[in-house]
Amino acid sequence: MVDFEKPELRETPVVPSIKPGVMSHLASHVAKPKIQEPLGYPGELVDNWEQAAVDKLGELKGKYRSLQVFLDSCVFCGACTDKCHYFLGSADPKNMPVARQELLRSVYRRYYTLPGKWFPKLVGARDMNREVLDEWYSYFYQCSECRRCAVFCPLGIDTAEIAMAAREIMDSVGRGQKYSNEVIGKVFKFGNNLGLAVRAVADTLASLEEDVEEETGVKVRFPLDEEGAEVLLMAPSADFFAEPHVDGLIGYGKVFHQAGISWTFSSHAAEGGNFGLFIGSYDNMRRVAVRVREAALDLGVKRIVFGECGHAWRVAYSFLNTLAGPFDFLDPRYPVPQHICEVTYDLMKRGVLKFDKSQNDHMVLTFHDSCNVARASGMGDLADGQFTIPREIIKATCNHFVEMSPSTIRGATFCCGAGGGTLTDELMEIRTRGAVPRMGALQHVTDKHGVTHMVSICAICKSQFSKIMPYFDFDAEMSMGVHQLVSNAIILDKRD
Amino acid sequence: MSIEVSGKTLETDEDGYLADIGEWEPEVAQSMARTDGIELTEAHWVVLNILRDYYIEYQSAPAIRVLNKTIGKKVGKDKGNSKYVYGLFPEGPAVQACKYAGLPKPTGCV
Repeated sequence: MVDFEKPELRETPVVPSIKPGVMSHLASHVAKPKIQEPLGYPGELVDNWEQAAVDKLGELKGKYRSLQVFLDSCVFCGACTDKCHYFLGSADPKNMPVARQELLRSVYRRYYTLPGKWFPKLVGARDMNREVLDEWYSYFYQCSECRRCAVFCPLGIDTAEIAMAAREIMDSVGRGQKYSNEVIGKVFKFGNNLGLAVRAVADTLASLEEDVEEETGVKVRFPLDEEGAEVLLMAPSADFFAEPHVDGLIGYGKVFHQAGISWTFSSHAAEGGNFGLFIGSYDNMRRVAVRVREAALDLGVKRIVFGECGHAWRVAYSFLNTLAGPFDFLDPRYPVPQHICEVTYDLMKRGVLKFDKSQNDHMVLTFHDSCNVARASGMGDLADGQFTIPREIIKATCNHFVEMSPSTIRGATFCCGAGGGTLTDELMEIRTRGAVPRMGALQHVTDKHGVTHMVSICAICKSQFSKIMPYFDFDAEMSMGVHQLVSNAIILDKRD
Repeated sequence: MSIEVSGKTLETDEDGYLADIGEWEPEVAQSMARTDGIELTEAHWVVLNILRDYYIEYQSAPAIRVLNKTIGKKVGKDKGNSKYVYGLFPEGPAVQACKYAGLPKPTGCV
């Protein structure tokens, strides 16, 4: 547990007086060569890395027009400054989105603009050097790429894309983050982020079948590598491994069972997540995404459904088709891909699923919108479905639901504090500080409405909350998933 | 990074997990626990042995639910839950118990 002066929790956060440099000591573990190389990156800093980094920036801004626009268009209006949870929780001015962007923009200005080339000092342009690199490494990994700042930027500048570009530049010259890059390496080696061997996944699923039958008397199946199944389910591997995640996975299984939909996991792609997004690496993101296609083809499925994982859904919803399409071999009557919440919502609307809400009567629930779902995707065929659908499922499965403050939910939601490659122990201080705005909104509804549990649809959010909640005197078990509620309330028919 | 155990220097990662599980011996767990101010009892060893047996068989740490279930079978159903494990290992099964048992750190969205 980290030790810092605990801020007062407020329903909406108070903008702190700045404390320059207060987070400058924090840096993620650096990836060793054996972690860097399988991703196609140099093991350590290459010779002449300063020039290589500048060249890479040139390449990226040419390839991604958005990056060029974002670098050029900031007018320093300051609208973003108090929108970042990491700034609000740390008071370090370099965690203001505009200042985070400036870390990269100052180098861009030096090498790619006329005033920066001629009068660098006058325009705040900086040479690419070791000091700049270290500062990038520290502060670009204190961004969870949640895009809240972009919602409030009058020009729509997306700090997440700037952070991704900076991370890709650093990786390309040999400075990578251990956490994200090790996870991507595990996907290539084992098929999932956790590095679970196939036999361990199979053993876990068999054990779940046993548990659910014991608890409900119903044989709910949790199949692996079953050819000819209708649905391939892409869940985050945390759903196999961690709590409360696994209770949501049990919920997915019960939904498919009750609807009579055959489904399967794939050992080749036993992971919905795609950390290639976090490090801004198109190549790695594509390599991870292609497994989904391969698994779907190998198993001959008709539909692909994603489980409760925020960034997995962003990659799936926004990029899967361009990364790994076309998916013309799937059943055209269903969206490609589908979110598990869409599946459950649709079945619920058609009366296929019935719930006994009283099973969740011991709880008062609130919903945390996960950043990637809220700000980078949609769901179903209704506008704002990504907000409506999970809430409709919650309301159908429980009797006590209340919302947190409007300025902290839906499109304006605050990050859990650990998204985008920051869910690693050495970043615990910024993770805890970054959770302050969300914890404040939660504190308010626990005090006012007696909220006992906070539900989300993201593996990272669930893990982060379980971990940091005790610091704010909340019980770790307050964090749960939407399909955990579904699992509690669903009425199952006995059939073999 | 490294730790000194029984007169030998064992390499660890940045978080103090053994680099090579083959170098593990009971004294590794004892030494790590001492550093954390924990005295290992028989109850701790039940958990550590389950983790090691599982890892040797499956090349992965057991899922938390599977770990709890196995503990329940060994020492009584009332103990087969995370509260019991956290009571023994305050930092949790993945972070602390796996470390003492010589397993690599489970990382991902956990």
